[in-house]
Amino acid sequence: MPARRDISKVLVIGSGPIVIGQACEFDYSGTQACRVLRNEGYYVILANSNPATIMTDPDFADATYIEPLDLEVLKRIIEIERPDALLPTLGGQTALNLAMELAEAKVLEEYGVEMIGASPLAIATAENRELFKGAMNEIGLRTPRSGFAHDLAGAIEVMHEISLPIVIRPSFILGGAGTGIASTFEEFVEIAQAGLDASPISEILVEESIAGWKEYELEVMRDKADNAVIICSIENFDPMGVHTGDSITVAPAQTLSDVEYQRMRDAAFKVIRRIGVETGGSNIQFAVNPNTGEMVVIEMNPRVSRSSALASKATGFPIAKFATMLAIGYRLDEIRNDITKVTPASFEPTIDYVVTKVPRWAFEKFPGVEAQLGTRMQSVGEAMAIGRTFIESLQKAMRSIELGRYGLGGDPLDRDVTEADKESLLEEVKVATPRRIFAVDEAFRAGATVDEVYEASKIDPWFLYQIKMIVEMKAEIAAHRTELSSGKSLDSILTKATLKGYKKSGFSDAQIAHLLGCSRSEVTSIRRNYGLVPGYKTVDTCSGEFEAATPYHYSGYDGESEVVSSEKKKVIILGSGPNRIGQGIEFDYCCVHASYALRAAGYETIMVNCNPETVSTDYDTSDKLYLEPLFAEDVEEVIAAEGGYDSVVGVIVGLGGQTPLRLAQEITELKVLGTSSDAIDIAEDRKRWSALCSKLGIDQPSGATVFTVSEAIDAGKQIGYPVLLRPSYVLGGRAMEIVYDEGELTAAFGRLDALAQEGGISRSGPILIDSFLEDAVEVDVDAVRDSEGGFYLGGIMEHVEEAGIHSGDSACVIPPITLSDEVQAKILVNTKAIANALSVVGLINVQYAVKDSRVYVIEANPRASRTVPFVSKATGVPLVKVASLVMVGRTLSSLHLDGTIDPTTSGGYYAVKEAVMPFSRFPTADTLLGPEMRSTGEVMGIDKTFPLAFAKAQLGAGSRLPNRGMVFLSLADRDKHAAVNLANRLVEAGLSIAATFGTAKYLEDNGVSVGTIVGKIAERSDDRADAVELISSGTVGLIINTPHGRGPRSDGYHIRSAANRHKVPCITTVSAALAATDAIREMSHSDVSIRSIQSYHRR
Amino acid sequence: MIYTTERIHKTPGYLVLADGTSFELELISSEKDRYRGDFFVGGEVVFNTVLSGYQEVITDPSYAGQMVTFTTPEIGNYGVNTIDMESPRVWAQVVIVRNYSGIFSNYRGERSLLDLCEESNVPLVTSIDTRALTRHLRNFGALAGVVGTAEPIALQRLITNEMTTDGRDLASFVSRKEIDVHGSGPRIVAIDYGIKRSIVRYLSHRFETVVVPAKTSVEEIMAYNPRGLFLSNGPGDPAAVDYAVDQIAPVLGSMPIFGICLGHQLLARAVGAETVKLKFGHHGGNHPVGRGDGGAVEITSQNHNYAVTRESLAESSFATEVTHINLNDQVVEGFSLPAMRAFAVQYHPEAAPGPHDSLYLFEEFSKMVQGK
Repeated sequence: MPARRDISKVLVIGSGPIVIGQACEFDYSGTQACRVLRNEGYYVILANSNPATIMTDPDFADATYIEPLDLEVLKRIIEIERPDALLPTLGGQTALNLAMELAEAKVLEEYGVEMIGASPLAIATAENRELFKGAMNEIGLRTPRSGFAHDLAGAIEVMHEISLPIVIRPSFILGGAGTGIASTFEEFVEIAQAGLDASPISEILVEESIAGWKEYELEVMRDKADNAVIICSIENFDPMGVHTGDSITVAPAQTLSDVEYQRMRDAAFKVIRRIGVETGGSNIQFAVNPNTGEMVVIEMNPRVSRSSALASKATGFPIAKFATMLAIGYRLDEIRNDITKVTPASFEPTIDYVVTKVPRWAFEKFPGVEAQLGTRMQSVGEAMAIGRTFIESLQKAMRSIELGRYGLGGDPLDRDVTEADKESLLEEVKVATPRRIFAVDEAFRAGATVDEVYEASKIDPWFLYQIKMIVEMKAEIAAHRTELSSGKSLDSILTKATLKGYKKSGFSDAQIAHLLGCSRSEVTSIRRNYGLVPGYKTVDTCSGEFEAATPYHYSGYDGESEVVSSEKKKVIILGSGPNRIGQGIEFDYCCVHASYALRAAGYETIMVNCNPETVSTDYDTSDKLYLEPLFAEDVEEVIAAEGGYDSVVGVIVGLGGQTPLRLAQEITELKVLGTSSDAIDIAEDRKRWSALCSKLGIDQPSGATVFTVSEAIDAGKQIGYPVLLRPSYVLGGRAMEIVYDEGELTAAFGRLDALAQEGGISRSGPILIDSFLEDAVEVDVDAVRDSEGGFYLGGIMEHVEEAGIHSGDSACVIPPITLSDEVQAKILVNTKAIANALSVVGLINVQYAVKDSRVYVIEANPRASRTVPFVSKATGVPLVKVASLVMVGRTLSSLHLDGTIDPTTSGGYYAVKEAVMPFSRFPTADTLLGPEMRSTGEVMGIDKTFPLAFAKAQLGAGSRLPNRGMVFLSLADRDKHAAVNLANRLVEAGLSIAATFGTAKYLEDNGVSVGTIVGKIAERSDDRADAVELISSGTVGLIINTPHGRGPRSDGYHIRSAANRHKVPCITTVSAALAATDAIREMSHSDVSIRSIQSYHRR
Repeated sequence: MIYTTERIHKTPGYLVLADGTSFELELISSEKDRYRGDFFVGGEVVFNTVLSGYQEVITDPSYAGQMVTFTTPEIGNYGVNTIDMESPRVWAQVVIVRNYSGIFSNYRGERSLLDLCEESNVPLVTSIDTRALTRHLRNFGALAGVVGTAEPIALQRLITNEMTTDGRDLASFVSRKEIDVHGSGPRIVAIDYGIKRSIVRYLSHRFETVVVPAKTSVEEIMAYNPRGLFLSNGPGDPAAVDYAVDQIAPVLGSMPIFGICLGHQLLARAVGAETVKLKFGHHGGNHPVGRGDGGAVEITSQNHNYAVTRESLAESSFATEVTHINLNDQVVEGFSLPAMRAFAVQYHPEAAPGPHDSLYLFEEFSKMVQGK
């Protein structure tokens, strides 16, 4: 049956900003969906607020609405575009929830929009836990014993029927937010209340805990002829009790016999049929009692998910693409398998390798948050590795995750352990934490048995035994250390056969070298002398049964290599690795665009990356894909497999964030395409950079480079406080701090050293100390320069928050709103001068601080920045495409001529980027913004005025600015002068004011009437509610709280934390508050406009 | 205890194929000296792409005479047990795996895969590039090969024509020697050409199933007064099982007949159709089979090197109908003789290992036998 022709316009909803639990995987799936729909001739309407996505590029849909994902907005899009169908299953939980709201609000009915892919009934049955449990009972499948509650009393009632420990799961939530396990009554009450608050319908499931059971996931697809297939089975290394997004996971399932697996498969089909997902993919989670085989169904996601993205990358079977094809009417047997090109998609992939995914967390960014894993997902990214065996894939995954590890230990970050540590290590492995796998390694090194570690951790013994084998091999290698140091030759210790054995077990040269106490280059040179180089196998969906037409490769040491190196002009693009705060989808966007642009320009593009969520690891994106760790040895071998530098035009390192730049430093004589590594070094090296700025006559805040705390103290005296402290070669302001005196400086230095020891940052580089310009306006610029000196300024972004807030956490606007023409001209001249001086070929980002009309340069990064996608979306000029072509020799003038650069737009609009913070996942974290970046994603608001664009950006980021009701003000003394202005504007817009005593007095003294005065939290009295009580009462629509002081016991902390808990928008800087009040005022008399990005860019 | 570890010894060796290609490997054993300098074993080398179910595969008598290469790399993880045996022993000549870990962890596991292989005197070999071997077999077809501890040159000389299944009746070799009766209900006779226990299990849920040896005469079969005849799976070249035609042809039309795998090929041969050897056969648990023209797809468990040709079925003097097609390569996977109440499938509806999508066929046979 061909695609449906009774529909012609399809609305696709994206997943919005990157948040914990919803990351790049939905850009990958949504991009595939848009491509399929357009290829099939449909008119595609896309709604997504995230400008950093590939899918929101104007080429991927006919009408792209970078607008807040909100019911009213969607309703207006439907009014304008009149789609025939809505595809809600590709944009994560966000799209699914929004689609349900549209259905419930009868919007779909009113406009005759058909939901395709999944019906509202199917979604409700899968998502509503009560309906789901009922449905499972009907088909004879057990779910954990449980009951629903809508209030605390009800929850306690259910609790009494089930014994503790008990899991609490709120209904309709994303990535398990608000979920927890309670072992005591007190914990139960706390978690149950939090869960009720987290659920949009105030409903929680109180459920028997099956912690310690084995956890599995099956990815299922079904077509309208009722054919169902399993795409992939995934086994969690961590037992039940840890969210699957926070578990190390392995594909295919390793410890199930066929009888058990088929029983699970049968159950999965029953589930998808009963729930009624008629076309598309679903993810179904099961738990299995390891002692009896008893199986229960945990949950089902009636949509593509993070796991389906992983399954797609793990098998080569593009679930999202095919789910879209099924939704528009195809059957599985009518779709060709992309990889074999000859067999149909109506089969079950079988794989001849083992895939391991390891999550990456960001607990270091949230002091005060305990790094403990549970049923609420907290990781921000993940890396995937493919190996011929589990051991090999695990070792590769551990070095893919970029925590400074060379594999599973065997590196400088190893903790020394002795037998005396065994008991404490066994205690440690009882609790799931980000470092549990290393604790398992240490427990074995301390002499624990598989039994003991199993009893403590409940990690399946099969996995534990594999780790024990790695530990034994490490000991075997290290045993030769003394022989080597006493003069025995390395090749007599590492014979070809022994070395091959280690390489087949995934050991990196660096790991072996560390264990032996020699240099990596010594091991590498012996290995190469033996002719031991990796063979590259192919991911082919069929374990070699059919020929693969798609070059998607992974390395191993089995021997045979399937890679065919072509004679074409080749460009290797190094990706950005696992998402982390500060380095996420924006860099994948850049890598993908480079690949698209260079492919179109006739180059063969070769992508190296290990992040399974991304578009860059879609085998369709580049001519070749190597799913490999971004680790020096692995990258060197890929380059060698492609024929070495003689046959490669160059390697692109400037688009993937810090990861490829670090590799460029580690790999000697890497043939870098574009800006030289030396230019990057000049920009990073304080001395060279300062010299350059002086030579160019560009102002910069006074600063110094130091290595030790005493040097830092001297520098502080010289520069004058406050100063900004930051390590070199980090992204996202990692460990960056503003300090106001010497004591704080010393303390901050101590924190840096502690971090370096934990492997959080490298301390080999210097620490930079700069004078901090208080209340300066911060500005970001992205520009491109070509090899002949041509220069194009992509955009000047004015930050909304003042200098001192990390640029990644600050809202910003294009075009600038307060910068004079002179200042803008100065910025242009300076940026061009810097780009010229650094001989930039490609992108450069420069940050400035503007104070009293003076322009200071803060830093320059001659590479792609986080803001490149936003600038491209705001201006309509594809900056990465331009930069990529420039890197291979095109000039900007030729790109102007052929229309690639077409600084479009009639203007007359403002684009605001707002950061999205993950605080709801970390209830105890302070939400105060600072110099260290903590946001996970971003949204864009675009409208005819700055206030309206700002309001949309706020809405997109999840903060709905109130149009009536109460605004609560609590401001630092130094901000009180601004309070009058703020409060007056709010009152004008019809809102009432609540304030803390000090702020209220100041306001009233200045003629502003304050409706509600609240007491200090510490001085609780009967006649006056304190701030937290006021916020909890639900009457406050907006909180403006600028810091009086930091720290967990300050009033400000309690206010912000209450705001976070009750989801009340909370603004922590005066500048953002002013923007917000303007927005509120303007919203009161003017409607936001809903327009496609294509219409903004049209001239 | 849900897991057991074992000590294993490794002896280096080679697999050498008839075309001279050799692969390094390790023979593994529980005692040190099991494999000495002159050890070798020969057979036809095939691959199987199932992700789970190694025990069912190697104890399936259809693998007699073949060395089975598992493409999934980690094998032995969940051990073996009594209930998953498809016959009393391992029939594969050699079990070839990429990695054997030396631990099994599963509450159903009773002992190790190595233990089972050694009991049946079947070598378990590991540390071989199974993907390279599989790709070679895919490109050049199933080949005879020898696994041994000598140098490749010496091993290659040991390869003989008998090491392939061509022209060999292996069915009578693996078949039981005594008659067994299982279950209750209408009586049928099942001819054991290498029958899997799971087939007997599904039949005996519905019928009084008299399982007879491969070379049972038609008179003896008829003497049971059966209401249906079942033709089992089995190893080897269907053309060499010439006696089957005499068992089947006289019964055609007098009672319902259901054949699986070799049984499917033998039913075809009994009505004058031809069987041919496929390049590398179908061995796996993920083969899509199309049924009818409504787009229904069954994911099936398959294990066959030979296939019935569509043309020869069409030329049969009986009215035949192709009912099932392999969607990967259009090979005939099922046909029926509607007028004769006979049907057969090339794949394995009993799964074990593999998907349960095709269990309905046992029910269809049951209805046919009961005249519904």
